[in-house]
Amino acid sequence: MTALVQRARMDDTLAEAVGPPPVVSLRAVTRVYPGVKPVEALAPTDLDLNPGEFFSVVGPSGCGKSTLLDVLSGLGRPTSGTVTFNGQAVDGVVPEGVGIVFQEDASFPWLTVRDNVAFGLKHSTVPADESQRRVDHALRFMGLADFAGAYPAQLSGGMRQRVCIARTLVTRPSLILLDEPFGALDQQTRLLMGDELLRLWRETGATILLITHALDEAAMLSDRVGVMSARPGRFIDMVETGWPRERDSSIVSDPRFGEITARLWSRLRAESLRAMGAQGPGGGR
Amino acid sequence: MSATADVPARTTPARRRSGSWDGLILLVLALLAWQGMHLYVGEAALASPVKTLTFLAGFLRGPVFWGHFAATLAAFGWALLIGAVGGIVIGLVLGERRFAGDVAEPILAGLYAIPKVTLYPMILLIFGLGMSAKVAFGVIHGIIPIILFTMGAVKTISPVLLRAARAMRLTRRQTALEVLVPAVLPEILTGLRIGFSLTFLGVLIGEMFASQRGLGFLIVNGINLHNVPMTTGMILVIVLFALAANGLLLWLHRRFGGPSATPEHA
Ligand SMILES: Nc1ncnc2c1ncn2[C@@H]1O[C@H](COP(=O)(O)OP(=O)(O)O)[C@@H](O)[C@H]1O
Ligand SMILES: [Mg+2]
Repeated sequence: MTALVQRARMDDTLAEAVGPPPVVSLRAVTRVYPGVKPVEALAPTDLDLNPGEFFSVVGPSGCGKSTLLDVLSGLGRPTSGTVTFNGQAVDGVVPEGVGIVFQEDASFPWLTVRDNVAFGLKHSTVPADESQRRVDHALRFMGLADFAGAYPAQLSGGMRQRVCIARTLVTRPSLILLDEPFGALDQQTRLLMGDELLRLWRETGATILLITHALDEAAMLSDRVGVMSARPGRFIDMVETGWPRERDSSIVSDPRFGEITARLWSRLRAESLRAMGAQGPGGGR
Repeated sequence: MSATADVPARTTPARRRSGSWDGLILLVLALLAWQGMHLYVGEAALASPVKTLTFLAGFLRGPVFWGHFAATLAAFGWALLIGAVGGIVIGLVLGERRFAGDVAEPILAGLYAIPKVTLYPMILLIFGLGMSAKVAFGVIHGIIPIILFTMGAVKTISPVLLRAARAMRLTRRQTALEVLVPAVLPEILTGLRIGFSLTFLGVLIGEMFASQRGLGFLIVNGINLHNVPMTTGMILVIVLFALAANGLLLWLHRRFGGPSATPEHA
């Protein structure tokens, strides 16, 4: 009996030392967009996402954040390096279990909100009644139940983005990738959407990678924030926030929130200036 | 892409009501204009509304009209079917193959601009007098706008929709049928509406110049026999048919182009 308990403890410490295997691993991943003047979007990048963690990426615009999401998800192939998802190599195809929400509105304008959400399960093996249940749940969870019969054109940008999130949620992804999903929203709405994202993260137990240009959003939502350099992008800092799993937007009044945001900004300031310089200040013309 | 557009996309009942009033006023104005025109150009060129309608009432009861009407309808139906299916398929292919599309677009636009009547002698030499020439003439009128609109729609489809399709692991076939086609449908319907009227035009011109059957033939026949009510009456039938068809297509557009056809594309 005691031996058994001891044995279990030993396994625990062992697991702690080695850590559970990462959900996603990037090893020396680069991405160059070919062309007359090739664009080096991603410098050799290593990244591990731990199971169940909320990871955010911040960086100046054009630094390669979306490119990172592309190669990480399998939407695009890295120019060199390897990507694995749950130990399996990712190669130009989005693996099952990965859900993606894009920066642009990707809701289907010809489908109602309900049909948009149900589309996520249209080609799955999930039985009809279960699929129905999940759609209902996702609609309620994202506050879309009253708009189930509406078309995206009748909704605001924020609501359409929720439709896209719900469409991804019904597939129960274990890894959710979000590329500046709230970019177009005003500050208040963004904070509230952040709360919903946290709720979703806790309920699903999924690993989340959130790309954002809002430092406060990253500081408030994440377990860990990766700061990217100006193009070609690579990680120049990793900030552990140390927030408890139960958290919401009220932590913005925590002094630590200010510290984290300040650190992110001090890391990014020089990079953002560089990125602006590369494009010409004020865009020229 | 506006972030906070809460657009009520549907027409309100009040607007629809005022729409039907507008229609009535338009009808009265058209009849008045017709009568005025008749008084101005004289009996020999344009029959009066009353005389035309009286003639039609008799003519539509006889068997002659319906034979010709059926001939026009058959030619038009075939031309439209060939033009629509061919136009959509060619448009989808050219839209997907960017390079081929870029080469084909100016050529098609050029073809679209030339008066197709100049091709008529050639069509006649190829197909001879009769049904096939009429159909061919309808097709060459109607197919180009259908190709151009379909191609344009495919080329301008929002790339994020296709990325979403890949993110949801759809096959190529599923992507084509469930994302590409519905996404481009509103614009295809617009192309079809334009192609529809041009096909009709092509078929009628074909009938007027080289056929013994159809409404176009009846118009020319009326002119040759100095039967002015016949000519005017056939024009009226054609106008009404075109209006009805256009109304039907508009309805289809609203029904299947859906609300997507309204704010983002407007
Ligand atoms: N398909 C492409 N072809 C060429 N250059 C690209 C392409 N996509 C992105 N880029 C360039 O790669 C860089 C990184 O882009 P992106 O990953 O979208 O940046 P971010 O998402 O951080 O704003 C930018 O300079 C962008 O202009
Ligand atoms: Mg981006």
